Amino acid sequence: MRKKELKLVVTFHTTADAMAMEKTCKEKNAPGRLIPVPRAISAGCGLAWCAALEEREAILSVMGEAGIESEALHECMV
Amino acid sequence: MIYLDNAATTMQKPEEVIQAVVTAMQSMGNAGRGAHAASLEASRTIYDTREKLCHFFGGKDPRQLVFTSNSTESLNIAIKGVLNPGDHVITTMLEHNSVLRPLYEMEERGVRLTIVESDKKGCIEYEDFEKAICPETKAIVCTHGSNLTGNLVDIERVGEIAARHGLLFVVDASQTAGVFPIDVEKMHIDILCFTGHKGLLGPQGTGGMYVREGVRVRPLKSGGSGVQTYSRTHPSQMPTALEAGTMNGHGIAGLHAAVEYIERTGIDKIRRREQECMWNFYHGVKDIPGITVYGDFSGGERCPIVSLNIGDYDSSEVGDELLTEYGISTRPGAHCAPLMHQALGTVEQGAVRFSFSHYTTDEEVETAIRAIRELAQDEE
Repeated sequence: MRKKELKLVVTFHTTADAMAMEKTCKEKNAPGRLIPVPRAISAGCGLAWCAALEEREAILSVMGEAGIESEALHECMV
Repeated sequence: MIYLDNAATTMQKPEEVIQAVVTAMQSMGNAGRGAHAASLEASRTIYDTREKLCHFFGGKDPRQLVFTSNSTESLNIAIKGVLNPGDHVITTMLEHNSVLRPLYEMEERGVRLTIVESDKKGCIEYEDFEKAICPETKAIVCTHGSNLTGNLVDIERVGEIAARHGLLFVVDASQTAGVFPIDVEKMHIDILCFTGHKGLLGPQGTGGMYVREGVRVRPLKSGGSGVQTYSRTHPSQMPTALEAGTMNGHGIAGLHAAVEYIERTGIDKIRRREQECMWNFYHGVKDIPGITVYGDFSGGERCPIVSLNIGDYDSSEVGDELLTEYGISTRPGAHCAPLMHQALGTVEQGAVRFSFSHYTTDEEVETAIRAIRELAQDEE
């Protein structure tokens, strides 16, 4: 198995929110990708957006601009 | 075969719609049920279509665009999801059973129903909505276009009445979505119900509703959603709240291609061509002795539908003759709009409905006119 790293993980209430996140991030060239929600996190939707910790501000600003609703922001080993 | 039953379903679909369904069936997983490529492809296609349809109908938030299997499902969710015992609701005689039957069910549960009357031409008086409003009135449920006569309802005007009185406005756009521009904001629509397989040119089994932000709709179904697995209750967030169970990803992929086709071709161009066929047919048959045409043809916009009868002939007999002698597919009989038939006086006879597509050719229209002329002569 790949060695885990501490990452930023954004969770969502619905799949539609997760898909809106992916689409917006692609459009705005924001980094990250959709992953299955890690076991350590309890989340509504099974999809989460995973990015490097240092991208936190960039990710938050993209979400703010596009009005994307997250469930929670986590930092965890992924 | 000459297919003139497009108000039931548009049979000829753009080639790219068919291809999109085939491709989806070869590559799509279950949307929202995993983070693997096949599931994500389904989720992306469904989300893109959600966004596309939201904008197509002038909506603001794609999360408020819900997929269902057809208008009937959307109307059931809307009507049963917003009305409560003690509420009063207003509808019209133009409605299809997909509006009337859920309303009658709600009537049995203690909802009071007022039905705005239609004249013999299938027209309503807009003042009648205002006259029916009382303190208990919760909603107006109204069609955008009659599936029997093709008469349009000025839903912007009805929407304005609903908004002025603080009522929910639920619109059945089965006959108009994809052909007539619909703007939920401008028309004050709170819940727009549409099907994918008619004017939107998508596959059967696709449809949906746009629910204005802040309007709470009780779900009709609960179950799998791919999210919040350990909660005993179905998620309350839109659109998942109203989308229990595996979605029709394959069909939605086709619907996506269909909306793209309409946008590329131009909704106005499609409508003008359909109306041209309708008017040519109408002018070709209206003065033939023995022919009764139903509906309001006094001018202006209307759905590409012409319903008629020949003398006292049973409409089913005429429909059968059109099929066997001329290869023309129409819809005779009763059209799931019982009160409209009552208003037109066609409960016994039914009516033969001709409904056109932008794919319909001038020759097909000419053949249909000739068929009616010959059948009417036989009658004499």
